[in-house]
Amino acid sequence: MEYFLQQLINGVTLGSIYGLIAIGYTMVYGIIGMINFAHGDIFMVGTFIALITFIGLVSIGVTFIPLALMLVLIISMVLTAAWGWTVERLAYRPLRESFRLAPLITAIGMSIALQNFVQISQGARVKPLQPVITGGYEIMEKDGFIVNLSNIQIMIVVVTVALMIIFSLIISRTALGRSQRACEQDRVMASLVGVNVDRTISLTFVMGAALAAVAGLMFLLYYGVIDFYIGFVAGIKAFTAAVLGGIGSLPGAMLGGMIIGLIETFWSAYFSIEYKDVAAFSVLVLVLIFLPSGLLGRPEIEKV
Amino acid sequence: MTPWDQEPLLKVEHLTMRFGGLVAINDLSFSAGRNDITAMIGPNGAGKTTVFNCITGFYKPTEGMITLTHEDGEKYYLERLDDHRIASETNVARTFQNIRLFGGMSVLENLLVAQHHKLMKASLFTVGGILGLNSYRLAEEEAIELSRFWLDKVGLESRADDTSADLPYGAQRRLEIARAMCSKPCLLCLDEPAAGLNPRETQELNELLLEIREEQKIAILLIEHDMGVVMGISDHIIVLDYGEKISDGTPEHVRNDPAVIAAYLGVEDDEVDQVEAEVAS
Repeated sequence: MEYFLQQLINGVTLGSIYGLIAIGYTMVYGIIGMINFAHGDIFMVGTFIALITFIGLVSIGVTFIPLALMLVLIISMVLTAAWGWTVERLAYRPLRESFRLAPLITAIGMSIALQNFVQISQGARVKPLQPVITGGYEIMEKDGFIVNLSNIQIMIVVVTVALMIIFSLIISRTALGRSQRACEQDRVMASLVGVNVDRTISLTFVMGAALAAVAGLMFLLYYGVIDFYIGFVAGIKAFTAAVLGGIGSLPGAMLGGMIIGLIETFWSAYFSIEYKDVAAFSVLVLVLIFLPSGLLGRPEIEKV
Repeated sequence: MTPWDQEPLLKVEHLTMRFGGLVAINDLSFSAGRNDITAMIGPNGAGKTTVFNCITGFYKPTEGMITLTHEDGEKYYLERLDDHRIASETNVARTFQNIRLFGGMSVLENLLVAQHHKLMKASLFTVGGILGLNSYRLAEEEAIELSRFWLDKVGLESRADDTSADLPYGAQRRLEIARAMCSKPCLLCLDEPAAGLNPRETQELNELLLEIREEQKIAILLIEHDMGVVMGISDHIIVLDYGEKISDGTPEHVRNDPAVIAAYLGVEDDEVDQVEAEVAS
């Protein structure tokens, strides 16, 4: 029971990070029907930006941790969003009217390019960060086994939930969200009622990248080590989460992220840690076979 | 000099649109008056919708010039602008032959999307919207009020929160017009608004269009096959055939134009003179 509870806490934390990345996949898919395979690497770039900013801030004397983290969060969101915007502008917008597969291929190319850029500019070795947020609560103890809820876990879940609420409100309440949904349904008509479609799509990439930056900072603080390759696996897991939740659906991405995080954690805890990725990806296979539109997605109805 | 040529709202000059070897519109020139209902008629494939697509920026014309002059004298060259700028800056709105609503959004949201430009500005490109700025809230309220006004006009006030795809066909057509009107256009382009409507709905549509023209003081450009609508409400009719203008004038003039009769009844080219002679006599 205690062991289960501990794994549940770990799983929810991991799931939050996956969920944040998955939103980027799902929003982009929703609006232009394309899988942005470079999104995982945008997340990776986000972790590096967060690390560099943090070290930079500490070296100029900002040592009050909450303030430093706040600044890191804002700076890395802005810079990573700029990366997301640039990737869209350079690699996807020129191909918007091209055949369907073209942006997918450039996305894979972009992913490789970002990985190699970081590998060359930052080195291939793992980059450590000492634990910044320490401490936590012992919520239960039995037979010498202590269930821990650390401060960093609380922070991750709280930030994730808060961002989820903010982004859901943007999508459902604001003019930007309305135009995003309009573009999703009929890009031509949206343009004819005065929506700047290109800008709306760019802003979607910007929002996705900003969330990936938050996920990046959380990842950095939680695990403490990053390298240029983390974006690949995290990205594919988040993509699995988006498909599981129903790609195109915002709550679906969050739910999918949670489920993937929980499956991975419990599988590692009760079966074998070597096969945790197999377990997560098996879910992708099963979902695609039995529930192609995902848990909360709308089935696509082809009109004849 | 006909009335619509004096200070026209829309002036199309030497418009030509080619798709590869196909000439969809050939050297078309016409004007639409500031507060007129101008109808564009012609057999299927005559190029009417293509003209609309050029005006609303959906196509870039091969040749020609489309000038829109606002009441304050500001001139816009529509062939040079992107379609979203034509909609948001020059205030040209349109509807489609096959209805194009945002089916998954509610009726009210459809009308709010049309006011996107104004709301984006008021919300400081969303930042203010998140912070709940007062100016944004006021703009949003204003937008909802305008939407309600038009819903009331087209008789859909009770269905504001329904998904627009669930509306019956006639109501979807009216909603499309309401959506176009919510962008406060100076030129409203309607592509076959009466298609698929029953006689009673067609009558209501006529009244609605006349009312819009009367109260909003805007110009309406209309493509229509239903002669009851065309002859009943238009001030000015342009007849196209094979991408060329064959007649231009008042309903009275067009009705008696031999070239129009020939195009509609379908005579051989060499018989046109004969038909003209017959009509003239």
